[in-house]
Amino acid sequence: MTAETPGSAKSPKTPGSPESPETTGSPGSPESPETTGSPESPDAPGSPQSGESSESPAKSAAPGPRALARRRRRASVARFWKEYRRHRAGVFGLAALALFVLVALTAPLTVGSDVERVTNAPGQPLESPSGRFPLGTDQFGRDLLGLLIWGSRVSLLVGLLAAALSVTIGALIGITAGHFRGWYATVMMRITDWFLVMPTLVLAIVLATVLSRSLGTIVLAIGVTTWPTTARLVRAQTLAVESRPYIERAKALGGGHWHIMSRHVLPNVMPLVLAQTTLIISSAILAEATLAFLGLGDPGVVSWGGLLQDAREAGSVSSGDWWYLVPPGVGIALVALAFTLCGRAVEAVLNPRLGVSR
Amino acid sequence: MGGERPPGPPPRRLTVGAYPRYVAGKLAGAAVSLLAVLVTSFFLFRMIPGDPVKFMTGRRPVSAEQIAVYRREFGLDLPLWQQFTEYCGKALTGDLGTSYQFRAPVVDKIGEALPNTLLLTGTAFVLYTALGVFLGTRSAWRHGRLGDRLHTGLALTLYSIPSFWLGLLLIIVLSVGVDPIPGLFPTGGMESGSEEGFARTVDIAHHLVLPVVTLVAVEYGQTLLVTRSALLDEMGGDYLTTARAKGLRDDLVRRRHAVPNALLPTVTLVFVNLGRTVAGVILVETVFSWPGLGGLFYQALSVPDLPLVQGLFFVFAAAVILMNTLADLLYPLFDPRVGR
Repeated sequence: MTAETPGSAKSPKTPGSPESPETTGSPGSPESPETTGSPESPDAPGSPQSGESSESPAKSAAPGPRALARRRRRASVARFWKEYRRHRAGVFGLAALALFVLVALTAPLTVGSDVERVTNAPGQPLESPSGRFPLGTDQFGRDLLGLLIWGSRVSLLVGLLAAALSVTIGALIGITAGHFRGWYATVMMRITDWFLVMPTLVLAIVLATVLSRSLGTIVLAIGVTTWPTTARLVRAQTLAVESRPYIERAKALGGGHWHIMSRHVLPNVMPLVLAQTTLIISSAILAEATLAFLGLGDPGVVSWGGLLQDAREAGSVSSGDWWYLVPPGVGIALVALAFTLCGRAVEAVLNPRLGVSR
Repeated sequence: MGGERPPGPPPRRLTVGAYPRYVAGKLAGAAVSLLAVLVTSFFLFRMIPGDPVKFMTGRRPVSAEQIAVYRREFGLDLPLWQQFTEYCGKALTGDLGTSYQFRAPVVDKIGEALPNTLLLTGTAFVLYTALGVFLGTRSAWRHGRLGDRLHTGLALTLYSIPSFWLGLLLIIVLSVGVDPIPGLFPTGGMESGSEEGFARTVDIAHHLVLPVVTLVAVEYGQTLLVTRSALLDEMGGDYLTTARAKGLRDDLVRRRHAVPNALLPTVTLVFVNLGRTVAGVILVETVFSWPGLGGLFYQALSVPDLPLVQGLFFVFAAAVILMNTLADLLYPLFDPRVGR
């Protein structure tokens, strides 16, 4: 394995061809030693944090690698947050998300799973909004507000899981294709390119049709079709990271493939992956709604897209029952927008040159 | 990205000899992709658990002999590799099988629906591209101002809205009518069927308004955002300062210098975007019962009518591949640095 080491470490074209990935990585690593360096020196003699200095004087003089790493990480998170706060839209998105997550998590307490039951529904079919049912009722007489809140759980969960799956596949393929050169990378990038040209949603629809109807299928269909952009970005970043001298040092010291990829490449790729995740969640939530609306979702669970399909089947479009249609769509749009705003803010912080929200 | 030359040897102008080779390469790539789509579409639809005949017959009770007849009719009794070679051979001669649902060749059903989809997407495509490029340019040129923030915000919001939901709302407000507003547009379909000649054209245009508005609303945002950020990238360029220093009027600097350079990423995006439009059109056609490929896809999905789904999947993927190839072929004509 060390046979290819010198070649792959020196080969990268340093004259600045991968310019933008280089800048993406920079806020993570090269600056952090500086920032950790400055709080460290006043820390040792002054000891404002009694908790750390009370451990042992010897330790504060030369903190262990773990403690150093932890401190560096905390400093970069703080710096990230300070930058992030300057993007007002991003803060708004984050606040909206926190609210939605809170509502979804507390749903069992506020509404309970009884709202899903078709039998023994509390109201008359298709009541318009009233004091008792603030958003009216559906064709079975179920409380629409309750269903909306309950449905947020499925929409958020599927969005998060699908994005997690998508980003995991993308990061895995991106890192390995960037690390191992040769035929493996060629094959992987061919596959990626092929997925990239396919119309994502059409492929997801076909997968959801062919497989059985369940939430797992939806997560799989969305996850398997949306990873290629992540893979490309991560691969570019991996190539940039692996051209740095400390990777060569790690290899010279006998670091194996796994060590290099997990300890050196992954932490540097992480910020990019984070930004990508936030953006993918929003499209995954939209995709889930779309699949459910086309009748490809799990018929047994309530989701926002499923509610819209129910509304359409109940004829609420032609009878003008707007209160049945408006809330689920607003929910989908708000959550998707919130994730998009967060993603753009994260991207702008990590890569100021991108100019997305300039 | 755009402004400065990349390091290395100075860019060579596109010579007459280089372009055909570039074209040949891109066309070969497209052919390989199409073949890959064909192979995938075959195997994807063999993943379904159970007998496809069961799908076809639905819940109707069918005798064993009848199932055998069906299986022979659709070639399902042959071994897999034989089905595959037969499928590929037929596909190359333009035969995509027989629809379970309509008992008609898939190609015929697609041929019927294709012009309707082209009418809808074509109109929407022209409108949202023009709107996106126009607003994106203005937004970038006056970035940070109120107008820019409003446009960007609106584009992002519309981008987050599911197209089918927007369509449903438009139907409720403008077709069914909410109290003060009367129903202005038809709720769906492509024509009333009673008109002839010029009146028919007007009638179709009338039916076209809402679906086109929906598609434009959900799609123009992306074009706007990309045009805007491409132009913003360009705006620091020294050549713009030079142009201004020469005393050129602001709008001339914008139109003659900045915009042409910034349009390059937009050109690619415009074509790549068609992939998204394909998905959008499926939903919009479903909502407005437009008799195009998307509406047909929805009908095929609900059965599911596998040969039809398979054929449409192939057509949609092929359309996107062709558009990407077209973008690749056009790109060097705009930017001589591409395509050696």
